[in-house]
Amino acid sequence: MRKTKEEKILSALFIVPSIVLVLVFVYGFIAWTGWVSLTNWRDVFPDFTYVGLRNYIELFQNLRFQIDFKNILVFTVLFLFSCIVIGLFLAILLDRKIRFENVFRSLYLFPMAVSFIVTGVVWRWLLNPGTEATGPIGINMILEQIGLGFLKSRWYTDPNIGIKAVVIAAVWQMSGYVMAMYLAGIRGIPNELSEAAQVDGASIWQIYRYVVLPLLRPITLGAVIILTHISLKIFDLVVSMTGAGIGFSCDVPALFMYDTTFRGNFFAQGAGIATILLISIAILIIPYLRYSLKTGG
Amino acid sequence: MKSFKGLSLLLSVLLVFSLSIPAFSQQKGKIEIFSWWTAGGEAEGLKALFDIYNKKYPNIEIINATVAGGAGTNAKAVLKTRMLGGDPPDTFQVHAGKELTDTWAKTGFMEPLTDLYKSEGWTKVMPKGILDIVFYRGDYWSVPVNIHRANVLWYNRKVFKDNGLTPPKTFDEFFKVADTLKARGIIPFVLGTKDGWEAGHVFETILIAKLGAEGYKGLWTGKTKWSSPKVTDALETLKKIFTYINPDHSAATWDEAYQYIIDGKGAMSIMGDWAAGYFFSKGYTDFGWAPVPETAGIFDALSDSFGLPKGCKNRDNVIAFLKVLCSKEGQEAFNIKKGSIPARSDVNKSLFPEYQRSAMEDWLKDAIVPSVIHGAAAAEGWVTEYKDVISLFVARPDVPTTQKALVQVATRAGVKQ
Amino acid sequence: MQRLNRALLYFALIVFAIFYLLPVYVLLTTSLKNFAEVNLRSMWKLPQSMSLDSFKMAWGGNPLKGLKGLSQNFMNSIYLVVPATIISSLLGSMNGYVFTKWRFRYSDTIFSMIIFGMFIPYQSVLIPMVVVLQKIGLYGSIPGLIFVHCVYGIPITTLIFRNYYATVPTEILEAAKIDGAGFLGIYRRIILPVSMPGFAVVMIWQFTSIWNDFLFGLVVAQKPGIQPITVALNNLAGSYFVEWNIQMAGALLTAIPPLLLYIFLGRYFMRGLLAGSLSGV
Repeated sequence: MRKTKEEKILSALFIVPSIVLVLVFVYGFIAWTGWVSLTNWRDVFPDFTYVGLRNYIELFQNLRFQIDFKNILVFTVLFLFSCIVIGLFLAILLDRKIRFENVFRSLYLFPMAVSFIVTGVVWRWLLNPGTEATGPIGINMILEQIGLGFLKSRWYTDPNIGIKAVVIAAVWQMSGYVMAMYLAGIRGIPNELSEAAQVDGASIWQIYRYVVLPLLRPITLGAVIILTHISLKIFDLVVSMTGAGIGFSCDVPALFMYDTTFRGNFFAQGAGIATILLISIAILIIPYLRYSLKTGG
Repeated sequence: MKSFKGLSLLLSVLLVFSLSIPAFSQQKGKIEIFSWWTAGGEAEGLKALFDIYNKKYPNIEIINATVAGGAGTNAKAVLKTRMLGGDPPDTFQVHAGKELTDTWAKTGFMEPLTDLYKSEGWTKVMPKGILDIVFYRGDYWSVPVNIHRANVLWYNRKVFKDNGLTPPKTFDEFFKVADTLKARGIIPFVLGTKDGWEAGHVFETILIAKLGAEGYKGLWTGKTKWSSPKVTDALETLKKIFTYINPDHSAATWDEAYQYIIDGKGAMSIMGDWAAGYFFSKGYTDFGWAPVPETAGIFDALSDSFGLPKGCKNRDNVIAFLKVLCSKEGQEAFNIKKGSIPARSDVNKSLFPEYQRSAMEDWLKDAIVPSVIHGAAAAEGWVTEYKDVISLFVARPDVPTTQKALVQVATRAGVKQ
Repeated sequence: MQRLNRALLYFALIVFAIFYLLPVYVLLTTSLKNFAEVNLRSMWKLPQSMSLDSFKMAWGGNPLKGLKGLSQNFMNSIYLVVPATIISSLLGSMNGYVFTKWRFRYSDTIFSMIIFGMFIPYQSVLIPMVVVLQKIGLYGSIPGLIFVHCVYGIPITTLIFRNYYATVPTEILEAAKIDGAGFLGIYRRIILPVSMPGFAVVMIWQFTSIWNDFLFGLVVAQKPGIQPITVALNNLAGSYFVEWNIQMAGALLTAIPPLLLYIFLGRYFMRGLLAGSLSGV
């Protein structure tokens, strides 16, 4: 739309405060963090001696960091996949004109209200496998009692599983929200489309597969952004549920960053971890943002 | 004559009055005390200290700034952010020893307390071991409120009696006892490793056992090399202990794991003496204690202490608080509640329960060594890396790799190997 | 066949309902027990004697034992969350309005830059944050904490509103312009009236995030008198061991306000999602 001068000024006034704040508190701080990661700050007393990329080289050789990086990738992929599949599945079910839909919907959604810290505490208990002496406890106990004992697992006490157990808690927390997104999306599809498909003789499943799912793609993309930004920064949940875990099998970069900065006083290394995280996110998200802005608009 | 008498009487009354007006009743204002003592016996002990302080200085408002979690990591995050941001609390809880001196004293954030030590006569009433710990480059830097002992072997007395066992004095005896228990279906050794530091705690007591007091101390000064075969022996011992441990140890914090001992399903563990307080809170009193095998006569000490940050807003109030902390009255009140023992040697033992009495006796005669996992023996960076190495060792018990890592960590901490 | 399908449908829904409810069961039963009874092994057992003591202690603390309860910090959280939610939602609405209806050169790039701000890990900005806040005099106060949450809420609220307003047809705006409405007029008379569902989504999201935030509350509002409820909840734990019954009772109490908000705004929330608040970018 062509704008008058007044309109230009007003629109600027509307967004300039946000832009300025983001520039300072996001990008300014990112720059500061990046700078610190190139220094020798290892003590509470700041030491800004420039050391180039030494901290990064040390980080990539650091066994804990290597494990963390792998963990966060595994976590993100599993978390995204599970939330989207479960969210979509539940949304499809709820769309089938269910009695007590409100009840089910609220039930699936409410975990979002709880803080990650509380979620972590409860799931730590639930997924505690117990031992020979105590027998199975938590979820393992329930599985055994309903005859699904073969599904028992050592969950997060098993170094091969580790962070994957944390995924369960995270999915519990966020899948309801994804379900709500999909449900709204499904409901938003004009009835004419599915009616037309039914007239053409399509079965329910075919309607879902060929009409509904493609139209939900934008929602999936939106869910990916929200879930990714939670997953890459995940901290509270891990701290309260498992800590770093046996052999760092549950450790994540945000936890390492916190530990090394505030417990070990190695501020430069903490800054390095933060910068690596941000660069990884940038590599993934920026191309996606540009693509979907161009096509979606 | 009369007027002279009257005048001198008046003057002497005034003199007596002015001498007896307690200097402290003029104290006003606030004091912000920062710690991670938020619940349980610690919060009660802190409150007891506040009560004593408030009785002396009713006009001073105490701001109790506490942050729980992460064995102090959350508190440290807030503390460091505040110190770096130029907003120091008036005084803060910090482990006595290298955690204080290397983090805060060396970097110029604290004021030395030597004058206070001299004027209050503290150097005469505290054992040399603790004075050494708070001493750095010619000065004393913090006031220890309590002492905890780290090298304690806890055991279920009934389990031992039923199986005809006595607390092991050497590791050979330990493993014999462990085998007997394992055969009877009882978990020989109980621990929770969820928080990442517990294994490091156990390992430091084994290091003391294998290296002796002087050898252990030398690890942190460079006199003892981490490549020493005795360190190898210690690692092998830890590895062997972990074959007798409850399999769910990584899912539990140390206290959650101790339910095994309370229930009689587990027998022994190594932990600091805060375990006694935990047992009592669960209503369990039939526990026994002994020094960790081969460490009899050695007291592995850690201490919570408070110092004087530079530039704090209420300096005089802090100094008054430090005096309360190290007074006989203060130390008795605090430690009875917290379950630790006073740093002072001249307190009234009979006020304390059985475990603490025996600990206090040991405190006065044993060789005192600083705990590393609890911040006394080494700077925070080193402690964190040491903790991480042992934490990895629990999952990957590869002795040569771990020993090499310990050597590297020491080198990075500036101690030549 | 139909009936079998329906039965399976309900079965699946109920299985999932159980999944979502399991943690609540543990939270409730543990908080109704006393500490001696609390035990990993008996987590599924009902309390031998139900007592609300844990709730009372979690809320009011235990002055004799120096335990601080949640009640003192509850109002702090309210003073924090209500203004912060309202302000950050408004900012999001304003931004969303401009980015969808008054686009300009580079508006997409700037929008992306704002969105990217969502991803910054909070631990890494603590120190510069404290320094900057001190310089502008907001450190150590609830207004300071409100400020921080508004700033870091801008990316997500902008994203949500941008998607929501993208569904408002441009023709309506054109019509209004012909009628003589300007920038503000359109905002007030066309956009805002239909924004309720968008606000519902944003406010639920922001309220929940800010109410449950721990790190910023801990560091920016460092004086105990002004800390939010999450810090108090965390402080119910001891430093060497945790009394789980009190902790879980406290957790349940802390979760109530966001839940209440869901109940009140629930209808609008679904409508907001329906209108595409989060349908893609």
